[in-house]
Amino acid sequence: MKTTLILGTLTAVGLTAGAAAAATLDDVKDRGKLNCGVTTGLVGFAAPDANGEWQGFDVAVCRAVAAAVLGDPMAVEFVPTTGKTRFTALASGEIDLLARNTTWTFSRDVDLKFEFVGINYYDGQGFMVPKALGVSSAKELDGATVCIQTGTTTELNLADFFRVNNINYEPVPIETNAEAQQQYLAGACDVYTTDASGLAATRAAFEDPSAHVILPEIISKEPLGPLVRHGDNDWGDIARWTLNALIAAEEYGITSANIDELANGTNNPEINRILGTEGNLGEMLGLDADWAKRAIKANGNYGEIFAKNIGESTPIGLSRGLNAQWTNGGLMYSPPFR
Amino acid sequence: MTTVTDPPAESFRLSMLLNDTRYRSLTFQAIALLCLIAFMAWLGWNLIQNLAAAGLDISFGFLGEPSGYDINQRPIPYDSQSSHMRAAIVGMLNTLIVAGLGCITATIFGVIAGVLRLSNNWIVRKLMAVYVEMFRNVPVLIWILIIFSIMSVALPAPSAFRGAEPDSSMLFGLIALTNRGVYVPNAIPGAGAMVVTAVFLLSLVGVWAYRRYATKKLYDTGQLLPMGWPSLVILIVPTLLVWMFFTLGSGTPNRIYVPSDLGGDVSLEEYAAEQGTINLCSVAGEPSMAVAKRRILRAEGATLRSETYPNAQAAAKGFADGNCDMLVLPEEAAASLVGQSAELTTHLRRGGPFELEVPYLAGFNFTDGVQVRGSLIALWFALAVYTGAFIAENVRAGIMAISRGQSEAAAALGLRPRRIMSLVILPQALRVIIPPVISQYLNLTKNSSLAIAVGYMDLTGTLGGITLNQTGRAIESVFLLMLFYLAISLAISGVMNAYNNAVRLKER
Ligand SMILES: N[C@@H](CCC(=O)N[C@@H](CS)C(=O)NCC(=O)O)C(=O)O
Repeated sequence: MKTTLILGTLTAVGLTAGAAAAATLDDVKDRGKLNCGVTTGLVGFAAPDANGEWQGFDVAVCRAVAAAVLGDPMAVEFVPTTGKTRFTALASGEIDLLARNTTWTFSRDVDLKFEFVGINYYDGQGFMVPKALGVSSAKELDGATVCIQTGTTTELNLADFFRVNNINYEPVPIETNAEAQQQYLAGACDVYTTDASGLAATRAAFEDPSAHVILPEIISKEPLGPLVRHGDNDWGDIARWTLNALIAAEEYGITSANIDELANGTNNPEINRILGTEGNLGEMLGLDADWAKRAIKANGNYGEIFAKNIGESTPIGLSRGLNAQWTNGGLMYSPPFR
Repeated sequence: MTTVTDPPAESFRLSMLLNDTRYRSLTFQAIALLCLIAFMAWLGWNLIQNLAAAGLDISFGFLGEPSGYDINQRPIPYDSQSSHMRAAIVGMLNTLIVAGLGCITATIFGVIAGVLRLSNNWIVRKLMAVYVEMFRNVPVLIWILIIFSIMSVALPAPSAFRGAEPDSSMLFGLIALTNRGVYVPNAIPGAGAMVVTAVFLLSLVGVWAYRRYATKKLYDTGQLLPMGWPSLVILIVPTLLVWMFFTLGSGTPNRIYVPSDLGGDVSLEEYAAEQGTINLCSVAGEPSMAVAKRRILRAEGATLRSETYPNAQAAAKGFADGNCDMLVLPEEAAASLVGQSAELTTHLRRGGPFELEVPYLAGFNFTDGVQVRGSLIALWFALAVYTGAFIAENVRAGIMAISRGQSEAAAALGLRPRRIMSLVILPQALRVIIPPVISQYLNLTKNSSLAIAVGYMDLTGTLGGITLNQTGRAIESVFLLMLFYLAISLAISGVMNAYNNAVRLKER
């Protein structure tokens, strides 16, 4: 026991020592690889494809940052994390960036000491039930058994929702989405609840997606975004503005198809500043002038990434909704590049 | 006068700390201790420095905050507004539950398998060998997952019990085996429950006293009194008599009321068939509730919905307010009845000292009775069979450590084989068996922290899982976790060592 105590303390010391280290950019450059935390597998957001290559909406953020910093979108080491392990992985320095359906909350930002660099998906928590149950509203779920992923905001929202509506439920805590899917399909729980986007992605992977419905109630705000550790603002800036570059690129019509042409110079100064033909934004970030061009080229702009991974033409079939550009009535709005 | 001079009292010199063998070992131990303390202090200091640099501090204040999450298996009242501390206690109790159940079951499996492995029957011997090798050589986590997966795939979901011709039905009409766990009836104490319990406990004492008396008589006079059947009689007969007295004895039956506009003057079954769904108002924890529910559940084509109230007045009021279309009350409480009502012709029996409350399907899940969750069963059973395999080997080793001569000598004295085992072999073997079994118990308890694999909310799942994750207080939570497992392990080995001392060979 005494030795475990010592070892435990040692690891704790190691953990926090890692957290205190700054200059993530230098570490990443030295390593030549970006360590990026993603889900253990949620098709459309982050999952390895048939060739073992990670694909998805969150993966694209990792690749864009790697392209901006290292010049190579493939220079990413993906670290699968569960809802429970993700924060330890980030705090301990095991990963440089966490892009994993993570909700921006006050306590994660302030108390857990993380820095959310933006929002790449405006989401909310929903419920999925088998159609056969004949349930049409979450308020009818009195007495139901509910599968939830532990270590998520989902768990807390769920407790609040059922308490406020004065109905009972039986929580079944589960570690990963894959296990939850298995339990849900085996009928060990009546309901699966998580972010609505996650539900859509999970349902798309079912043998018969039409046998399951997502209930109309959205019981929470889940702004999902990538995050980094507190304390290294330079690194935070790089991640933040890479994400902004993807969003702004859609607004200004920079796509993977026309980016090379636009990079020769346009008469729109904002585009020129983003693509590095005007001003010295890259230098301010500690990168070169082409950083954003590479980031956008990696997977296209925000709209392209959305359409390719989770958009309406994919099996997941999410509409843009809140995630449309502000010019189209959505919430995607990048601050100016100036 | 002679003066005896004592040798001059040797004054203590510093160099003696190193040169004098009396002090030297103490010196080294003191130095080692100082080094250890210094090392720990350095680690602690380092930790605090680093935490401060990261803007974190060590504080246990979070234990008082509301936890915000729910737990399915709650041995004590708990909800999402309770504190993290309470969540930790719930987890602790859940750990103790599964560890306790696991240790008992593992011991049973282990002793049976260990003894049978030495059986003269070839098949039995080999079967036990297969059991031991199979379970001992596969990691316990795998067993937990296998059993859990088998349960959730092989057993039907609760919805399979629904409908007029359900795909699955309950065992003996009492027990529901589902992929969410096993639902078993719950005993509701009624009139005479205390007396029956007391008589039963006294019978246990009686059995013990009788056996003691018989043994003493045997040793004193050599007269052998029968042991088996008198024990059984003492154990069962008084309890049974008291039970029957209370069940059959005088007492008012229960009466069933329905709203007068819905009928009356028909039997419960007829009324149930007419209504289809029956909303029953009753007094919580009363035998009348259990008796009425069972009767309705047995009625053809009836579905039960139940509302319970703390007392007869409240139940009668709920009925008068139109919350239900059937009210059951003990006859003597019927005075509290208000409003328009008609009575059914069925008079329910009064209910015995213990009335079974049978689980039934209501909505998504079974209600009533006791739910033994699938996660608990998987964890409990896997830990038991796994650890049982080790205990079996300990038992076998213990028995084989007793020389053949002992059983041959006992046989020469004319003892029967079972007596040889219980009087000669086992008492000596226990001495060898118990110390390794203590460590098996410790292993089982610590292995129970694999609970999260199946979503069983033990201490690692609550304090070391959700609490840690939601508050980010990793160091504090892990520290408390270690403290708990340490305390529990010390307690188990303390108790077992005391037991070991008690069964030790009393040597001169
Ligand atoms: N947004 C919530 C929930 C995040 C979450 O766990 N999402 C699930 C489903 S949308 C997921 O990504 N699962 C993949 C996995 O299990 O690795 C949070 O940040 O706490």
